[in-house]
Amino acid sequence: MASPNPLTRTSPLIHLPLVVLATVFALPLLWLLLTAVQPREQVGKIPPEWLPRRAFIKVGQETVTVTPPVPVGSDKLVVVPSAGPKQGKHLLVEPADFHDEHVTLRNQVADRVLEASYPARLEQAVPAHFVIVKEWFLSKYTAREARVFYVEPSAVERAISPVFGNYPEAVRALTVSEKDKSRPLAELLARSSLPWTHKGDRTKTITFLTYLGNTLLVALLSVLGTLSSSSLVAYGLARIPWKGRSTLFSVTLATMMVPFPVLMVPLYGVFRSLGWIGTLLPLWVPTFFGGAFNIFLLRQFFLTIPNELSDAARIDGCSEFEIFWRVILPLSRPALSVVALFTFLSAWNEFLAPLIFLTEPETFTMALGLQQYQSQFGGSEWHLLMAASALLVMPIIALFFFAQKTFIQGISTTGMGGR
Amino acid sequence: MSSHARTNLRNGLLFCLPWLLGLTVFLIYPLCAAFYYSLCDYSVLLPPVFIGLDNYLDLAKDPLFWRSLGNTAYFATGSVSLGLLVSLSLALLLNSKVKGVGLYRTIFFLPSLMPVVAGSILWMWMYNGQSGLINTALRALGINGPAWLADPNWAKPAIVIMAVWGAGNAVVVYLAGLQDVPVSLYEAALIDGAGFFQRLFHVTLPMISPVIYFNVVLSIISGFQAFTQAFIMTGSTGAPERSTLFYVLNLYNVGFQDLRMGYASAMAWVLFVLILLVTFVATKLSQRFVTYDR
Repeated sequence: MASPNPLTRTSPLIHLPLVVLATVFALPLLWLLLTAVQPREQVGKIPPEWLPRRAFIKVGQETVTVTPPVPVGSDKLVVVPSAGPKQGKHLLVEPADFHDEHVTLRNQVADRVLEASYPARLEQAVPAHFVIVKEWFLSKYTAREARVFYVEPSAVERAISPVFGNYPEAVRALTVSEKDKSRPLAELLARSSLPWTHKGDRTKTITFLTYLGNTLLVALLSVLGTLSSSSLVAYGLARIPWKGRSTLFSVTLATMMVPFPVLMVPLYGVFRSLGWIGTLLPLWVPTFFGGAFNIFLLRQFFLTIPNELSDAARIDGCSEFEIFWRVILPLSRPALSVVALFTFLSAWNEFLAPLIFLTEPETFTMALGLQQYQSQFGGSEWHLLMAASALLVMPIIALFFFAQKTFIQGISTTGMGGR
Repeated sequence: MSSHARTNLRNGLLFCLPWLLGLTVFLIYPLCAAFYYSLCDYSVLLPPVFIGLDNYLDLAKDPLFWRSLGNTAYFATGSVSLGLLVSLSLALLLNSKVKGVGLYRTIFFLPSLMPVVAGSILWMWMYNGQSGLINTALRALGINGPAWLADPNWAKPAIVIMAVWGAGNAVVVYLAGLQDVPVSLYEAALIDGAGFFQRLFHVTLPMISPVIYFNVVLSIISGFQAFTQAFIMTGSTGAPERSTLFYVLNLYNVGFQDLRMGYASAMAWVLFVLILLVTFVATKLSQRFVTYDR
């Protein structure tokens, strides 16, 4: 029954714009996930295909995954020479080039065509309407030679078949053995700097898993650093009445206006004089000294906790640190988890700082490793790039579904989205 | 000073010690150093040489500086205004008690979680001139799509569109704000005979104007810092024809590619002052448009 109150009455028509917009918002992510499991030759088709499909043929009992069929065009023969440079190979030749158990092979040298005849046996006659398919491999670089089949077009079946192998393939492919040439600073400094700033160890194999390890290390240490330092400082600003705390609080608020790009040149100098360029230290050590926004957030939360609790603890003989540790922190779990979550997210997504401070591939974070791969080999291997991007995104999405409440709470109370 | 006040001072300073150190080493020192470097000829490898205001005077004559400033202003205004329009409309739609709000909210929110590096690579693929999803959709509508990231007229709008796609976190913020508006206000408006648009402009928007203000200021500040999208999607030169050379991208090139750290520091300070100025103007404007009394 429709309510007469226009405030609570909703027309089902409102779903129309919502569904359209939700589709528009969801399609790019869906396309990312689908491209990530498409076979290499399906990527870049015009018009694009959504579902991953591969071609199959039956060879005896065996089902062989093959490349998309290519028409033969005219009647051909498959012959196998028993001598000469192509001995034992299956060759596709014009019918006119095969007679009396001999095949004529042509070899162009400069502007002359050399002709030679070799004994050969006929393997298969290929009518014009047949198609050529090759055995399909995950990687372009496979040691074994692909088998080639000439079959009726109807023998080739296409079926939906996701290539999950793209994921391990992307993990293998995203190995950057050398730093991107577009970054001369790193090379310059590697030559001119103090010996311990050069952390290169060329013998190690660097894979996407190395990047994953680095990213996790930085993100977890940042969470630890931010939680411990920012909560201490927020306590000092919220719950201890000392001379100068309001000044410090105003200064703290003001520093939220200073963006990282403004500081990056001098910070580079600071970290360079400490010998930290090329290590992960610049990315997480500063978090142990607090961050303005997180201090602000926690201070606001600490202010809402009644003072009677602290007073009671003080009467019981608790020191200031014990009150902080035993009374305030346990009550602040919601605020602390919001801070932890956003710190993890921003460390995971951070790009500019790693780009500047990390100079050696073995210290790259995932975001930087992905960008370096993209800039060196991008533009063609879209399926691998999408698989790698999915690997970067999926932990975040998983985190979102585990901690959905904290996300929504954090965003609606802070007015920010973890960026 | 009483012993109590002295204990508090000691404790306060002890608790704030990490931040006092961090503030000095990682914020105040670099900020001052950047100002000093901006008055110097400096290339990390050699000590800085004082040259007065030359860097700032050169900046005023540097076409790339002005180009990057214009590009950034375009991007910030475009992404903030379009983002506001889209996310506020979505929040208003979701606030009308539809079924499945949670699902819609998740769908609009998820893209904003996308790491910028992955998002940029995904949108390069989306914008691919031949087989990209965008141009395929346009072709289906009978439109011959532009080359997007390769077209100097379309590269910036392309990056703006991507930013709007990633602005779904604002939907969550606005929706939370909308749900805090007391129903009694709407009921009163209804009794007074207010229609949909009157309720929107005289109740809803004034009531959530502080949330909008806060979000818009933060988005402008982060818009001015746009770097990663352009760096990945169109390269560090801001191709095509420098149409995506954003301010911070230019700063990065000058400082970390050309090693002109003094000049880069001057750019950094100009950026800092610009951000202060924008925030100041926004705050002044907000006094006229933002309603704080509830």
